[in-house]
Amino acid sequence: MTRRLLLPLGIMGTVGLSLLPFLWFMLSSFKSQREIEAVPPGWCPSGSLEFYRSALFSHHLLDYVGNSVVVAGSTTAVALLLAIPAAYALARLTIPGKQGILALLLCVSMFPQMAIAGPVWRLLDALGGLNHRWGVVLPYVALTLPLAVWILASFFAELPAELEDAARIDGCGRWTTLLRVTLPLAAPGIFTAAILILIYAWNEFFFALLILTQPEQQTLPVGIALFQGEFTMPWGELAAASVIATLPLIAVVLMCQRWIVSGLSAGAVKG
Amino acid sequence: MARTDAVAGWTMVAPACLVILLFALYPVVDSLWLSLHRSLVGVPELGTVFIGLDNYVALVRDPVARRAALVTLAFVGCSTLLELSGGLIIALVIHERFRGRGVVRAAILIPWAIPTVVASQLWRYVFNDQYGLANLLLYGDRIADYIPWLASPVVAFGIVVLADVWKTSSFAALLILAGLQVIPDDLYDAARVDGAGMWQRFRHITLPLLKPALLLALLFRTMDAFRVFDLVFVMTQGGPGDATQVLQFYGYQTLFAEGRLGYGSAVSVAVFLLILLLSLIYLRAIGSRLLERRPS
Repeated sequence: MTRRLLLPLGIMGTVGLSLLPFLWFMLSSFKSQREIEAVPPGWCPSGSLEFYRSALFSHHLLDYVGNSVVVAGSTTAVALLLAIPAAYALARLTIPGKQGILALLLCVSMFPQMAIAGPVWRLLDALGGLNHRWGVVLPYVALTLPLAVWILASFFAELPAELEDAARIDGCGRWTTLLRVTLPLAAPGIFTAAILILIYAWNEFFFALLILTQPEQQTLPVGIALFQGEFTMPWGELAAASVIATLPLIAVVLMCQRWIVSGLSAGAVKG
Repeated sequence: MARTDAVAGWTMVAPACLVILLFALYPVVDSLWLSLHRSLVGVPELGTVFIGLDNYVALVRDPVARRAALVTLAFVGCSTLLELSGGLIIALVIHERFRGRGVVRAAILIPWAIPTVVASQLWRYVFNDQYGLANLLLYGDRIADYIPWLASPVVAFGIVVLADVWKTSSFAALLILAGLQVIPDDLYDAARVDGAGMWQRFRHITLPLLKPALLLALLFRTMDAFRVFDLVFVMTQGGPGDATQVLQFYGYQTLFAEGRLGYGSAVSVAVFLLILLLSLIYLRAIGSRLLERRPS
């Protein structure tokens, strides 16, 4: 009896609280300037696209979107390229010092960004990476590697080693086996790791703020955080920009929900 | 065979380790080194002078830093507690079988997917004193009653906590859900046969068996709450007064706004040590299970 009462309440509460604030923000992006400034504010927008037009063309939004795509894409590619062999080796081969490497990875995933911010900035200054998009890709790769390696290693460990042995007996070398047999089998794990890295790189703000100082190089989070009008806060444009920054991500999350849930729990609980 | 294994293994691990060494480990060491020096950005003629522990002495005496440490601890305490409770409730809901569960699971993931910066602007807008949803829902068209939420120190702190809880409860929920799923159903059936009510089943079966998952969620959420930055940067800039001035934001200000490389590094190292200490305590509490259960 209680279940019949509690469950719908729980469902409605959870879904309502999760969605309502963002829904309200999204509705505001379709208002007109007059509707945004109305006190008290109204619920229903007139469906004006005014804010999308001005957000896209009078702010640097198009630059931000392009930069975020480049930064998130390259971070994901580079991190996977480094994480896949590392995870495979940790899961399959006997390496001296393996426990040490695993502990090191766990440590790095707990680092506060602040603890490395100053030196990373100095390092990039020395390497000429300040104000270049590759300058944020490097720290992003370093910080997403631990999670990616954990997820992939737990995936590789669960694959039956017999298949690889069979391929070896048939004359495949180690690398051919990895490429032809193991990787295709581990595709769901690789996919999960890729999504999580992508989300991290798309959303990261702290390093992007420090390293990218020109609007032409900045990513969406920096653009949205520093969004400013001449006299008043341009809430309508901001809402439109936020929707543009968020919708691709929501689409990815909704489509890949199953993998994300399994990936997070594999990386964190099952391991 | 073992030897070639080791060589091949290290070749495969080395590139990843190299990037981590260069962009995560070396910076920590460099922070430590810098924190023992006086060094100002933009004043190269002063150089980098070794001053021993002076920065740390100054840090302990700095009232702003002490206050930031307290605010940080209060933030970590409030938000992790609420996130775990929220996460537990969400996990219990999405663990039940009902029609449309897939849609509900997707819906609760949306706050987690929204960039923190967007979530920060979003909550700033919800609590805007004129155009905000909060005032509209509470007071409708009684404009005279509208509250300037973010202008009050205590309320502003609460709103930053709320935004963090909203954004991350679903992550805690996912970790807890994974824990719920491994509890065998027959335990509940047996308890039901013995006449245990819903609350008793929750109290004596769910909670004890969920302890590892809860501790893990606590560990992850605490580490993250300590690193809070985006929310404060966008919503309050540490204000009003210094009500939301957290250590990470203070470190950012001393390092990058004021360019005090040495002193700012001391703040960074302090944050790092605090997190390290806490994670050691947690790891002891969870036991070495966490490491053992990793692939080995």
